[in-house]
Amino acid sequence: MNHRVGPASEFVQGISSDRPSLSELDRRDFLKVLGGGLLICLTRASVAQESGRAFGAHELPKDLSAWLHIAADGKVQVFTGKVEVGQNIRTSLAQQVAEELKVPFGAITMVMGDTDLTPWDMGTFGSRTTPTMGPQLRTMAAAAREMLLELAAQRWQVAAANLTAADGRVTDALNGRSLAYGELTRGEKLVRNVSSGESLTPAKEWKIAGTAVPKAEGRDFVTGKHKYPSDIVRPEMMFGAVFRADGFNATLVSLDTSAAEKLPGVKVVRDGDFIGFVAPDAFTVENAVSATHAKWNVPAQPSNQGLFAYLKNNPESGRDDGPQHVTGSVPQALAGADLKLEEQYTIAYIAHAPLEPRAAVAEWTDGKLTVWTGTQRPFGVRDELMQAFHLSASQVRVIQPDMGSAYGGKHTGEVAVEAARLAKAAGRPVKIVWTRSEEFTWAYFRPAGLIEIKAGARRDGTLIAWEHHNYNSGPAAIGTPYSVANQLIQYHAAKSPLRQGSYRGLASTANHFARESHMDGMAHVVGMDPLEFRLKNLDDPRLQEVFQAAAAKFGWGRLKSTPERGFGIAGGVDKGGYVATCAEVEIDPANRHVRIRRVVQAWDCGAVVNPDGLRNQLAGAIVQGIGGALFERILFADGRILNPFFAQYRLPRFSDTPQIEVVLIDRKDLPSAGAGETGLVGLAPAVGNAIFAASGIRLRNMPMAPRSGLPGEPDPGLRS
Amino acid sequence: MTYSFGAMYVEFGMGDFVLNVNGEDLRFSASPDETLLSFLRNRLNLTGTKYGCGEGKCAACTVLLDGRATRSCLTSLDSVGNAKIVTIEGLERNGKLSVVQQAFLDEGAFQCGYCTSGMILGATSLLREQHHPTEEQIVAAMEGHVCRCGTYPRIVAAVKRASRSLAHGASR
Repeated sequence: MNHRVGPASEFVQGISSDRPSLSELDRRDFLKVLGGGLLICLTRASVAQESGRAFGAHELPKDLSAWLHIAADGKVQVFTGKVEVGQNIRTSLAQQVAEELKVPFGAITMVMGDTDLTPWDMGTFGSRTTPTMGPQLRTMAAAAREMLLELAAQRWQVAAANLTAADGRVTDALNGRSLAYGELTRGEKLVRNVSSGESLTPAKEWKIAGTAVPKAEGRDFVTGKHKYPSDIVRPEMMFGAVFRADGFNATLVSLDTSAAEKLPGVKVVRDGDFIGFVAPDAFTVENAVSATHAKWNVPAQPSNQGLFAYLKNNPESGRDDGPQHVTGSVPQALAGADLKLEEQYTIAYIAHAPLEPRAAVAEWTDGKLTVWTGTQRPFGVRDELMQAFHLSASQVRVIQPDMGSAYGGKHTGEVAVEAARLAKAAGRPVKIVWTRSEEFTWAYFRPAGLIEIKAGARRDGTLIAWEHHNYNSGPAAIGTPYSVANQLIQYHAAKSPLRQGSYRGLASTANHFARESHMDGMAHVVGMDPLEFRLKNLDDPRLQEVFQAAAAKFGWGRLKSTPERGFGIAGGVDKGGYVATCAEVEIDPANRHVRIRRVVQAWDCGAVVNPDGLRNQLAGAIVQGIGGALFERILFADGRILNPFFAQYRLPRFSDTPQIEVVLIDRKDLPSAGAGETGLVGLAPAVGNAIFAASGIRLRNMPMAPRSGLPGEPDPGLRS
Repeated sequence: MTYSFGAMYVEFGMGDFVLNVNGEDLRFSASPDETLLSFLRNRLNLTGTKYGCGEGKCAACTVLLDGRATRSCLTSLDSVGNAKIVTIEGLERNGKLSVVQQAFLDEGAFQCGYCTSGMILGATSLLREQHHPTEEQIVAAMEGHVCRCGTYPRIVAAVKRASRSLAHGASR
């Protein structure tokens, strides 16, 4: 009953055999939890990526030409295995290359996520693109710039030091002459082994990076021209669909495909319990699925009812690894504390619900398989296909067109394997686009979790004890950023009844919700202002700064909460991003409806690469966070998802959106960190704290105000 | 206007339809039960119209029928009748973006862009009926559209910008 996401062979190489320490967690090296708590250690991986050393069997090429090519016309192609999902890295990476190479932004085309064309990459997740791929490409671009200067120096027989590179040209100012890059390379490869140590342009001197360059190829997104994975068409292509089981872990009892087989051009592909159809058009293949009938044996399985007790009582592989982090003695400190608070927090399973569901087009040509699909891990999907069809790496090509997003939900290659299977049987290219209910049911979820916190403080508001246990949801950002002498922090991997995996921010949201709600509760117990209490216990200057910046912009403390209007604050740090969020909520006294009126979020992730893209990410994260905070949750029972449709699974909409203000702190003196995820984590606790400030009701279960009470949970009494 | 029929299968043989798509009359045989969405995407290769849910709850599939925003995933070919269909591909005129398209581009009102076609057509329909909508009217009219990336504030700004452009005499 423990569902792991995908074959984890590639990940397994990265698993640390040593138990992780919190210091490692603090360094953001632990990134992901898959399945029932598989810990992914990126320590060596990220080091390997940055240093060019091997990670598993994969070594990042040092050869400049693997990353960058300058054509005779001066057009620059840049190659990366990272993928664009709306987070805008096609733009931000191109800006960084343009900056170092000294070419206009428009000269650059990013070739991304194509396993035949781009260097191997682990995947696009964990906010790693900006801190790792950014410097990687900048290094290559700087090396190319130096080579171009040397080429021109040779051509002109002058010293390279007397030449300058700017705007796609090398100029010899002394002799009044210049050559375009394309005239220097004549389209030939720039061959050079590049190790680190290239001198990179400091952020303070950036002219293209650091500016609000509009989205690359933005026009294609307002004209419908951009081809998403589900839009790909190949010659002679057919349409495929999979006939799904009636529940998880089901076994097939009987099957009747006779009506489907009578439909024109339909082919049935049967292999054990796998039942697929291929038809000449999408309409017919849908009809084939609806005309098919089967009996399945679905075993009894857990439901929402009692889920959190289940997670606590069913540790992964029956083992308890003990705490990740202990300092001092929590029991002793609690015994001596003036004020104490002990609470439980829960977080429901939620769905990524990318608007574009999983889709793939598979084509076999002379024994080589090419698949266009939406995935955050094209090389991981290539591995899955190699394994499924016993192929070598050179026999599989995965191409990832910029997709209708993912939010951590498209790490796996199910639909790619299905399309390849059907294409093989049909002898023609096959497209599969998952239906919405397939996407809800047969993908994977953000892990549900139970978090227990005990804290103790002195009467003056000094925190002295902090104990935090997370069951199942994950270890991301589990360590407290506050200065507490006595700590015990532990993540408990559990057997998840539902298939679970990555999600934007992952457990950082759950751990921040619990921690920042508890901090608010402690401030109340101590009798201090929530902001003042946090700052009193905080030594991290960057976190202090975002708290102060958010509070200043919000006008924290200027207005007092009333029963109908509450103000809350929360914050934290993860993956190099520092966030503080202030929320204003309104509670309708008549119907107990909660509305988020205003959100101010301050953010610091080092040097800002694109302020407009960054603001877009942060505002989007706030809106997405509203869903998980207030109403999103998966309902399930006996191996079935009970709300696998948008009519039943509520998503944040226009009317849910508050006034949003983002305050950016641009630290040009610090390296840029990623910003796709951590902007999500402050919203839920800030809203919960605002609700408490207004009503005195502490909501400890996410979602906090669903349309109806969660099965097996006390009704929160508030709606949204 | 040219359509790519390279991989498309159009001789289904269960009925005859004449549909006016983006200003052009197209004659096809197709099942009356096929949805307009499926027909546009999978037979005409007009893939700017998106599938999001198939239940009319996300509006990624929005097209204009006689100028009015319509969920193509819930519209059978049978029910289209003589209505003129405009998809996202039909908004550009001689390489010039429509006012609403331009406003979305200027505001950067997208992230992944998958909802954008539907948003633009929904906004086009709104501005046709209501030249100067208030923020509340924009929110009410667009409530059926989902942007999972959460770019709603920018979309509202784009609709307002388009409304201002139209007020200043820009043509639709």
